Amino acid sequence: MLIEQILIQTVNGIVTGMILALVASGLTLIFGIMDVVNFAHGEMFMLGAYVGVITYAATGDFWVAFVIATLTIAALGAALYWTTLRPLLGRDSLTTILATFGISLVLQNYALWQFGPVARRIPEPVSGHFTFFYLDYPWYRLIIALMSAAIIGGLWLFLKFGTFGIWIRATMQDRVMAQAMGIPVPMVLTAVFAIGSGMAAASGVLFGPLVGVNHAMGLDWVLKGFIVVVVGGMGSLGGSVAASILISLLEAYASLFVSPAQAVIVSFVVLILTLLFRPTGLFVRTPR
Amino acid sequence: MNAEPEPMRPPLMQIGDIHTYYGKSHVLYGVSLEVGRGEVVGLLGRNGVGKSTTLKAIMGLVRPSQGTVLFEGQSVTHMQSDKLARLGIAYVPEDRRIFRLLTVTENLRTGLDRHGVTDSRKKELLEKIQHYFPVLAERRNQAGGTLSGGEQQMLAIARAMMLEPKIILLDEPTEGLMPRMVSQVRQIVDVLHGEGVAILLVEQNVPLTLEVSQRIYLMEKGTIKHHALASELRVTDAVIHQYLGV
Repeated sequence: MLIEQILIQTVNGIVTGMILALVASGLTLIFGIMDVVNFAHGEMFMLGAYVGVITYAATGDFWVAFVIATLTIAALGAALYWTTLRPLLGRDSLTTILATFGISLVLQNYALWQFGPVARRIPEPVSGHFTFFYLDYPWYRLIIALMSAAIIGGLWLFLKFGTFGIWIRATMQDRVMAQAMGIPVPMVLTAVFAIGSGMAAASGVLFGPLVGVNHAMGLDWVLKGFIVVVVGGMGSLGGSVAASILISLLEAYASLFVSPAQAVIVSFVVLILTLLFRPTGLFVRTPR
Repeated sequence: MNAEPEPMRPPLMQIGDIHTYYGKSHVLYGVSLEVGRGEVVGLLGRNGVGKSTTLKAIMGLVRPSQGTVLFEGQSVTHMQSDKLARLGIAYVPEDRRIFRLLTVTENLRTGLDRHGVTDSRKKELLEKIQHYFPVLAERRNQAGGTLSGGEQQMLAIARAMMLEPKIILLDEPTEGLMPRMVSQVRQIVDVLHGEGVAILLVEQNVPLTLEVSQRIYLMEKGTIKHHALASELRVTDAVIHQYLGV
């Protein structure tokens, strides 16, 4: 019995971990390239889910909703960057923290005002189940994990081989020299913010069918996203994925013994231990 | 060696009365100099007189509070450095600033992947690098940070060449290099000169600067104190001794 439970929780942990990885890779990309701790990232997740709800209601197609939500929120991210963050770059990081926190509050309350406090639902695009020990396990959960892995893998390929990916990585390492090499750094920064926001929105839509969409749904995710970014190493994409899965697995196992609400404590324990013993991140090979 | 640029032709780059500050400290007090097309110009002076700051001010990395930078007759003062790079001004900083986590090839691609460069042109440029810097070709898939200091200097120069610049601002390229690497830097300066690329060379190595340059500016305390043809100066001259203490 216990072995079965552990296997089930392993699958659950990986599924949650992949969504978390999708949220956190946007966060770590934005942090890595412009040293901005983006507190509004959770609201990109939440608004993405709402745009998904609206487009689904209009089109009846989950995947159309998924694509439109991702693109809409990517554009919103770019607009937010230009209006709010760009003028603050290079100042004390506290100013960008306050600015993004402010954006987060405004967007949350906008969503509450616009959509009301009752959770909306996006139906699952795939409704089948398969038998997993004594459970009817939904196929959709596995699809979430695969979609997230595909998006993160695509991002990795894009960063690794594309010209724009090289521009992003060069800008990450030395913004001034990148610009002196003719790289249009302001455009690169805007694009990174748009990509990060779009990824948050994509995870919001994917996650929507599991619990319903409400105005505060981004909070949990951004909090866990920050833990992942610290544990995985700031700005490290691979580290974020590894840390997301590690933390989600630990929480899933912990909830075998305590209630899921208490299992969250595990994340914080990992965070504190990381900060104490490996402050540059667990999965960073060469601390700079 | 090229002849002196004709006085009637507008110079490639003209810097007029540049003043800069770091915080409250006044660093450059009205620097004026010019570089002709295809000309190698040396900028000499002791440590901390503002040579590197002059290059940074041209490249838009330090904002001049006063003064103008003209490139091909157009004002480029306060222009963003990415636009300057696309106009044909390349910068090789003193600390090299190669992208340490990018491979050698990726470092080169930061300058190579521009609009309007055809694939065959890219191939030619990379072959040129392979020819002049065989060691970089050997290490093309290695991270820039794993190269030796001399190899990093070669990469910094090669990366600047990828921009096909009209002028290269070269900041102390031989600093801390072994003699063999110094002569390689010297060679590549001659090659660039032969191709008609202008160079504004900041150096501490006086004999090398006098050999490769056509004209020399001597700086002291944030301003240009002396200007001469390189052929008229000797390492032992009183004026060199006065401003450089050699």
